[in-house]
Amino acid sequence: MKRLSRYRRHKAAGPMLLILALLGIGTTFSIASATTTSQTSKVDRSVQIEEGRQIFLRGCSSCHGLNAEGGQIAPSLIGVGAASVDFQVGTGRMPMADMSTQAMRKAPLYDAQETAALAAYVASLAPGPEIPSDSQLNYERDGNTAQGGELFRNNCAMCHNFAGQGGALTQGKYAPTLMGVDPKYIYEALITGPQSMPVFSDKTITPAEKMSIIKWIKAAEKEPNLGGASLGRVGPVTEGLLGWILGLGILIGVAVWLAMKAR
Amino acid sequence: MTIESGLGTVANYVDERTGAAAWMKKNLQKVFPDHWSFLLGEVALYSFVILLLSGTFLTFWFDPSQREVIYDGGYQPLAGLKMSAAYASTLHISFEVRGGLLMRQVHHWAALIFMSAIVAHLLRVFFTGAFRKPREGNWIIGIGLLTLGIVEGFLGYSLPDDLLSGTGIRIAEAIIQALPVVGSYISYFAFGGAFPGESFIPRIYTVHVLLLPGAFLALITAHLMLVWYQKHTQYPGPGRTEKNVVGYPLMPTYMAKAGGFFFIVFGVIAFLSAVASINPIWLYGPYTPGQISAGSQPDWYMGWLDGLVRMAPPLETHALGHTISWNILIPGLIVPGILFTGMALYPFIESWITGDKREHHLLDRPRNAPNRTALGAMSLTFMLVALINGGNDIIATHFSLTINQIMWFTRFGVLILPPIAFVITKRLCLSLQRADRELVLHGRETGTLLRLPHGEFVEVHEPISPEKAYLLTAHEQPPALELPAVDAHGVKRAGGLRNKLRSRMSVANAEAITKASVNDLKEIDHH
Repeated sequence: MKRLSRYRRHKAAGPMLLILALLGIGTTFSIASATTTSQTSKVDRSVQIEEGRQIFLRGCSSCHGLNAEGGQIAPSLIGVGAASVDFQVGTGRMPMADMSTQAMRKAPLYDAQETAALAAYVASLAPGPEIPSDSQLNYERDGNTAQGGELFRNNCAMCHNFAGQGGALTQGKYAPTLMGVDPKYIYEALITGPQSMPVFSDKTITPAEKMSIIKWIKAAEKEPNLGGASLGRVGPVTEGLLGWILGLGILIGVAVWLAMKAR
Repeated sequence: MTIESGLGTVANYVDERTGAAAWMKKNLQKVFPDHWSFLLGEVALYSFVILLLSGTFLTFWFDPSQREVIYDGGYQPLAGLKMSAAYASTLHISFEVRGGLLMRQVHHWAALIFMSAIVAHLLRVFFTGAFRKPREGNWIIGIGLLTLGIVEGFLGYSLPDDLLSGTGIRIAEAIIQALPVVGSYISYFAFGGAFPGESFIPRIYTVHVLLLPGAFLALITAHLMLVWYQKHTQYPGPGRTEKNVVGYPLMPTYMAKAGGFFFIVFGVIAFLSAVASINPIWLYGPYTPGQISAGSQPDWYMGWLDGLVRMAPPLETHALGHTISWNILIPGLIVPGILFTGMALYPFIESWITGDKREHHLLDRPRNAPNRTALGAMSLTFMLVALINGGNDIIATHFSLTINQIMWFTRFGVLILPPIAFVITKRLCLSLQRADRELVLHGRETGTLLRLPHGEFVEVHEPISPEKAYLLTAHEQPPALELPAVDAHGVKRAGGLRNKLRSRMSVANAEAITKASVNDLKEIDHH
């Protein structure tokens, strides 16, 4: 007791107590939360799947069928995996608003929880590509920008343009711009091949190479416009337009002025 | 010693040794007519000077070699990649040479302005009939400069060996190969073997920096000397005849104007280069035959050619062990060949139709030559439709259209729209002639209404000035050629079909609204 009363007014006592308290709380929480998740995961999962099934029946089944078996206008979702659902619903492509050409990126209809539930339901039908975890998506650590650029030009640029600005495909279909796309969605698109996009399996492009591609896209997104206004990074069409309109336009204006002054 | 006497001493020194004073006096006082559209050619000339200067700067660092190197420069997204020395040195110019990127952009923007100024100048010369005798030769030199400009521009943007330019070279190779029988041999000769090889960039470099600029200098000199010798054309107006030139002397007025204009052209190009990126080769990446980017386009002056190739239906014939790719041969070589030959020969064609072999130094107002103006509008429409298809993928993505729609629209449009443009333009010209006639006969509508004592309302017309009336009535309205099938002696003329065609075209060409004459005016006064 005496020793305690001797040290309790020591100047290090406060901070020490704080550290002890924090450690205590942290340990308790981690043990408690770990047990809760492991105990409730099975229960939660089936609840989540059921929730997803309900959303599916309300929002998706009219096209994809009551058991996601597909129909006249929509493909079967059996085996497409959680990654596919997360990409299509998370980027707002599904549910589709306009069936004419292809699903376009828009504000998502379902929130993160509902999307997760839908993904869980579809994943429960048959195994398929899974949603990548955050640790899998550490492109800053695992990627190489220059290598990613080369892979991008080899595999992606023919549709998405040299700078990831997107491009036209046949019959009004298009490869969308890759600027401002969440790395998770880029990864999911690569492994599931949405719309007209081919699937880039892990054998074609390894997960590490996928990280390089994402790292390059993110670098392109952040890259400052080194030569001045970028003109959309779409090549010589906009350059020619600007040359005629602004360049020759100004010079004709000056010529008119020069000839006018002499009158 | 004052400045004047100093200059005088120098001038005297030169004159005593060369006798240049008389020549200088005569030529420095040479008169040039004044109009903004006469300055379009000057824009092209000054852009050419800028191209020479900025191009020389670029040669100090550019390495025209397809030798493979590993990039170790400052641009991180390409670090450690294999590329050609040409591409690496262009990156070096862009990122490590002081002012290098600006100079590259000056060179490229100047090239775009050079070509657009040439086209604008050509349109001015065409629509005003400045190509007529005695200037047919100079017209042909101009067509030569335009053609060389297209080739020079293409070679220029092919030099950096980036992904976009490599794609362009690949298409050029395809067009060469489309030549029946000899195509593959010429391609092997040009590339020194299979595509892409190691020889093409060094070869086109020599052509780009030595051969073609030399040809340009020679042709531009001839072009200007002919303008000097044949004198500049002028717009019609009071006091302006076929025998005089009304304007300002070269010294001091035009020296000052032209000198100032050079710096303005330089300024505008430098401004564009400072604020707007052009040909960002670091984004395209190094060229590898296996890669391609969506939306690969040539520069605009090649865009119509690309558009024609893009709209060509897939036609191919195989005969006697040879393949003929009509889908490349027709849009890539035959159509441009016909277009440029027709353009070069146009002065002779027109003079054949009109039978007019006289000299012309007064320009036509486009409306007073309806057939020629309509023909110009027709060709321009053809080019524009082709150009639009050249950018069909960019148009598709940016205006939510489909490439197929644009392609089908232009496939039909390139055949249907030009004749429509011809008819509309011709009618417009004739309407404008009618309006001119009205203006001369009845004066300008003032918008002032007058109520007469008996209650009638009339609009007050104000007579136009004599100068304006002269301008609106000074032009000639030559009748169509008389080419009867039988001559005065009742003998059938030779070349019946040819004459028939000629007289048909001549009748169409002579179609006009009869201009107001003095008699018409007198008749009105009489009322």
